[in-house]
Amino acid sequence: MLRDALLLQLGYNATLVAVGATLLGISAGVTGTFLFLRKRALVSDAISHATLPGICLAFLLMVALGGDGRSLPGLLAGSALSAWIGLLCLNWLTRNTRLAEDAAIGAVLSVFFGFGIVLLTVIQTLGVGRQAGLEGFLLGSTAGMLWADALVIALGGAGTLALILLIRRPMTLVAFDPEYAAARGVPVHRVDLAMMGLVMAVTVIGLKIVGLILIVALLIIPPVTARFWTERSDRVVLLSGLTGGLAGYLGAAISASAPNLPTGPIIVLVAFAFFALSLLVAPGRGVLAALLRHLRFQRRVHLRQGLLALAQGQPIYEQLTLRLLRRADLVRADGVATDAGRARAAKALRDEKRWQIVRADHAHEAAAALYDGLRDIETVLTRDQIAEIDSRIGGPQEVLA
Amino acid sequence: MIELAADKGIRLSDNSIASSPLAVRGLTVSYGQKPAVFSVDMTVQPGAMTAIIGPNGAGKSTLLKAALGIVKPLSGQVTVFGRPLEEQRAQIAYVPQRASVDWDFPTRVIDVVLMGLYRELGLLGRLHARHKARALDCLARVGMRDFADRQIGQLSGGQQQRVFLARALAQDADLYLLDEPFAGVDAATEKAIISVLKSLKEAGRTVVVVHHDLATVSDYFDHVFLINTRRVAEGPVAETFTADHLQAAYGGRLATAQVDQLARVLG
Repeated sequence: MLRDALLLQLGYNATLVAVGATLLGISAGVTGTFLFLRKRALVSDAISHATLPGICLAFLLMVALGGDGRSLPGLLAGSALSAWIGLLCLNWLTRNTRLAEDAAIGAVLSVFFGFGIVLLTVIQTLGVGRQAGLEGFLLGSTAGMLWADALVIALGGAGTLALILLIRRPMTLVAFDPEYAAARGVPVHRVDLAMMGLVMAVTVIGLKIVGLILIVALLIIPPVTARFWTERSDRVVLLSGLTGGLAGYLGAAISASAPNLPTGPIIVLVAFAFFALSLLVAPGRGVLAALLRHLRFQRRVHLRQGLLALAQGQPIYEQLTLRLLRRADLVRADGVATDAGRARAAKALRDEKRWQIVRADHAHEAAAALYDGLRDIETVLTRDQIAEIDSRIGGPQEVLA
Repeated sequence: MIELAADKGIRLSDNSIASSPLAVRGLTVSYGQKPAVFSVDMTVQPGAMTAIIGPNGAGKSTLLKAALGIVKPLSGQVTVFGRPLEEQRAQIAYVPQRASVDWDFPTRVIDVVLMGLYRELGLLGRLHARHKARALDCLARVGMRDFADRQIGQLSGGQQQRVFLARALAQDADLYLLDEPFAGVDAATEKAIISVLKSLKEAGRTVVVVHHDLATVSDYFDHVFLINTRRVAEGPVAETFTADHLQAAYGGRLATAQVDQLARVLG
């Protein structure tokens, strides 16, 4: 069943949803990255909650004009309008009052969402139009998705990506160093607004599939996941789009493979799975890598300290140090150094001297920056450079261990 | 050109404004109700190295930021080479304080320097090998060529400062404005930065530095601008960097030890 879903063999609706979710995931991942880099991820939460009153008012307006109130473009236009008003409120509060952004987010989010819920309740008691399904925008509802709906998502997503391609440089500049950007004449405030506008667009086109409460997850989880794997902002953008797209596709397929699995929440859970995996196994910033690095570092410190102690004839009390030295055949079981141990110890002591010189000499700055008290000096200097340093130390030349 | 400036409503009390790389007239900046900079006039001399000095909170950085349009002034005019600031952005290279940036940002040293080519690259321009070569060249000038591929967070404070300077060099501007470039950096960095700044001056560029170390003013700079919210004095170091002016700028805030030290420096 899941295999059929993954191969888009589960029928028309499931295929539409899978394609739509993939496109949404890509544009949300890419857009969310700039929000994440600008450290304003939570603004998306305020924006998305601020869509609700607009949806309801658009519905009421369309019913008043004689329709059934279910036209998706109409509802999305309403949601975009109220999200934009929410965004302007948020900006005004942070710029013109002493309120910090987190407090302003809380205020805007709760007031707009509360107002939206009131309108939703009013609509339900009025019993006009075909209101059943409006609450589907809270968590997304893909059951009745139409070709036109998928088209809205596809066009919206493509438009967002094109705009991002156009203003990615100013957005990156502003995210990294807003003061410098301002000094270069970049209109920082307008770039920020454009970024928020893009987030709003993604939120609006995501209403149908993941809904306004969970869209935040699609904007934030992919960039955070991507950040684990790279130290370059352009790659974070690409990886984040990839993660978002994959989460959308897999999530839609999984939810189609069994009855009564909600699409939006499953997509978010798949995205979270990617995040958890990255958190654990990413090579640079992952938790396991950090733990391994720490353990390995601890061992190197102990070994080094042990060698220096041996070289200076000091007793070693630490059990871990002794165990490591024994395992490397540097000391015998009774704690006396072997020949190899004595040689390594002498070299360790000499390396200390060499490092001392390297770190004092401005000509070796790049090498000195690598100093951590543990590194073998051959890994950063050439044989000739070491010989030159040894000539400054004087005394016996190096004995190869 | 003078007529043009006059058209823009700029007071032309002296002709030096038209030729000055950075001329500020009647600049007032206020955070809240207390002015940080009050009605300041400054006329930077072309091809000179000017230090902006004054006590903590005297408005040194604010003056620089307002001159660059980063902070919005309450009043005042800024001209760059005799023309309004907005027309002259390309002529100005700015080195902000190190603390203004998140150093865990996912970017490499070379990428930061390439940001200096922002205007040249435009929105969609492709990054060519010659751009990279130029960025590496700028890194070499501050002694950071070997660090090009490192993540910026791995650098020491002084190295980060030099990367900022390399980014400014990449702009190939005529006017360089630096905000406390020597704050909290190691001696090697200070030496590297000052030698780059001196080479800029030799190439006819103008350098303005917000500076806090009074002991090095005479060694590093030829002009000095003293400020304590208001302008205190402005001119060549030999004539302007005097005990009287320092007393006027720093008031009681100059510690006895500092006064003694300065007395020795100033002879």
